[in-house]
Amino acid sequence: MLIIGAGAAGMSAAIAAHEAGAAVLLADRSLIGRGGATVMAQMTVAVALGDEVPDAPDAHFADTMAAGRDLCDASLAAMLCAEAPEAIRQMDRWHAGWARHEDGRLRQAQAPGHDRPRCVYVDFLNTGPAVSRTLRAQVQRRPAIARIGELCVTDLVMRDGEALGAVGFSLADGRPVSIAAKAVIVATGGLTRLYRRNSGSANMGGDGYALALRAGATLVDMEFVQFFPIGHLAPRLIGMDPIMWDPFRYKLGGRLLNAERREFIDDYGVKEDGRYVATRDLATYAILKEVEAGRGSPAGGAYLSFEHLGAAALREAFGPVIDRLAKNGIDLTRQPVEVAPIAHYHMGGIRVGSTLETGARNLFAAGEAIGGANGANRLSGNAISEALVFGRRAGLAAAARAKESKAASWHDASAHASLDLVSATGAKPAINLAALITKLQHVMESHVGPFRSGPGLETALDEIAALTDALGAVPPGAPGRFDPERLDWFDARNMLLIAEAVTRAALARRESRGAHQRDDFPATDEAWRVNQALSLDGSELVLAAVPPRAALAGAQ
Amino acid sequence: MSRTATLLIRRGEPGEAPRWARYAVPFEPGQSVLDGLRRIRTQEDPSLAFRFSCINANACKECMILIDGKTVYACTARLEEREMRLEPLGNKALIRDLVTEIAPPDERLANAAPPAPDR
Repeated sequence: MLIIGAGAAGMSAAIAAHEAGAAVLLADRSLIGRGGATVMAQMTVAVALGDEVPDAPDAHFADTMAAGRDLCDASLAAMLCAEAPEAIRQMDRWHAGWARHEDGRLRQAQAPGHDRPRCVYVDFLNTGPAVSRTLRAQVQRRPAIARIGELCVTDLVMRDGEALGAVGFSLADGRPVSIAAKAVIVATGGLTRLYRRNSGSANMGGDGYALALRAGATLVDMEFVQFFPIGHLAPRLIGMDPIMWDPFRYKLGGRLLNAERREFIDDYGVKEDGRYVATRDLATYAILKEVEAGRGSPAGGAYLSFEHLGAAALREAFGPVIDRLAKNGIDLTRQPVEVAPIAHYHMGGIRVGSTLETGARNLFAAGEAIGGANGANRLSGNAISEALVFGRRAGLAAAARAKESKAASWHDASAHASLDLVSATGAKPAINLAALITKLQHVMESHVGPFRSGPGLETALDEIAALTDALGAVPPGAPGRFDPERLDWFDARNMLLIAEAVTRAALARRESRGAHQRDDFPATDEAWRVNQALSLDGSELVLAAVPPRAALAGAQ
Repeated sequence: MSRTATLLIRRGEPGEAPRWARYAVPFEPGQSVLDGLRRIRTQEDPSLAFRFSCINANACKECMILIDGKTVYACTARLEEREMRLEPLGNKALIRDLVTEIAPPDERLANAAPPAPDR
């Protein structure tokens, strides 16, 4: 079986599938275990362990459902909350290095939207790298898992609605590649790269969503893009993840201030008072409304201040990070920083059933690549948990499927068009494709960001159509060594399709809910308590409203 | 008057004589060399090849190159208001321009063993 994407979901799937006896190929377009979103996680992993205070998966489930604004797929959310404790204990046995109390209990921090301290972490700002490193070591300890990096998968190969494998090309030499597989898992993460300011890796342009759509699978909740409210804005910081202030707020509170240096979140219905309680959708809304009202910080966001805390408290909580800040000329005891919402996570994604299989047979998906578990807004800390839980589940289900079938069935004619595309030689591009991607990022940021309106979304659709025309049907140049323009072409092909998917879903949802805020429909509408499923019919994206899936009996 | 940083970049593939390309990018204090490289691609020359994934977090460790002969991460090296000389790592096989072969040998397509069969 083939697993596409080597973040936490893909690596968890590979380990589980291997343990279940399947032959596994783990592929990634970057280096194995380095790209993607996992490595960028700064701190929190939500899990009802009960180490800090008594807790139960039911309580975590209730918070997840509430954060999702009535749109969560309850069966997926229940699986996430029920199985996260074992996933985190397993990571602990693998020496992930979770922060501990002196008596050995894991430390759990209070995060916005949670009813109690529930988020484990690795100090300092090291959760993502530690999770990646731990899983990578476990994958490497199982040499039967074949690993191939720098392999860009461009299409899934399908016949009669069943996945037969995939086609792509090797980045190092441009060579076309086809892979026959009894089962395929898409674990490619999200779509943060669609936006100019984002917290993701450069390789997260919605690849998996595009692969699944073209393969005939269904996407869900594509209108719900999570903006992380306090992404770093100014002064310029290098060598630091833009979501680095999240852990500071967990541990130290901090004050979110407008241009008048006044805590303003209160005005939007949440009393923060130096604590960190406003959920991501609400905080994003509040900051951007302050900016709109002319009360933003000079760079166009809000101030985040830890000036009242003193050097000792800062050093105790973040020792080495304080030194890295000093190298960037920042002294938190004397100055606030500026923060603003940045694209961070995608609630939407590939629609899967309770075995993580998509609508297409033998095609599974896991992690941020799937939609549903988080509804209209993801609870802080659920991303790594879901990557571990859904990755394992998808790995087990795909392994069982692979072992049922005698041999991978390959069908040359079904792979033909995809192989032609990766083998094609096109003209030198008439336009700068790197600039085309930047243009798309500006369109999405301007019109399909946290605030949307009918006319803006229509403008975005026109712009996306024009960029799609400009891209053309054939990649530029010939297959060759690490060709960034050819890679831009394949990236833009996926990004434009998924940008259109997000925009069409946002235009259809004529209400405001969670991460989707319409200036022209500011209220939440009970009639819109439905998910939107999206599929590809020829070159046309088709939307259908479906009721949110209830929890499976006995799942919770 | 606008301020500029000049990036002198060694380009080419193995087997070719290296060629040096000089790019002027607007200098803004606080920017990284990777910011400059990305700007060259979108504004001037999209064919320039370099490797990066996480952009600014120094988490992926993919953007290692030589700057003025020293091994550094392009994402944490500051752009400076002068000429900076950029080369691919000298101790790794060249792929193209600033991109070298840094993947572990057993994770490359050319060397990858097929997965062991289902058990």
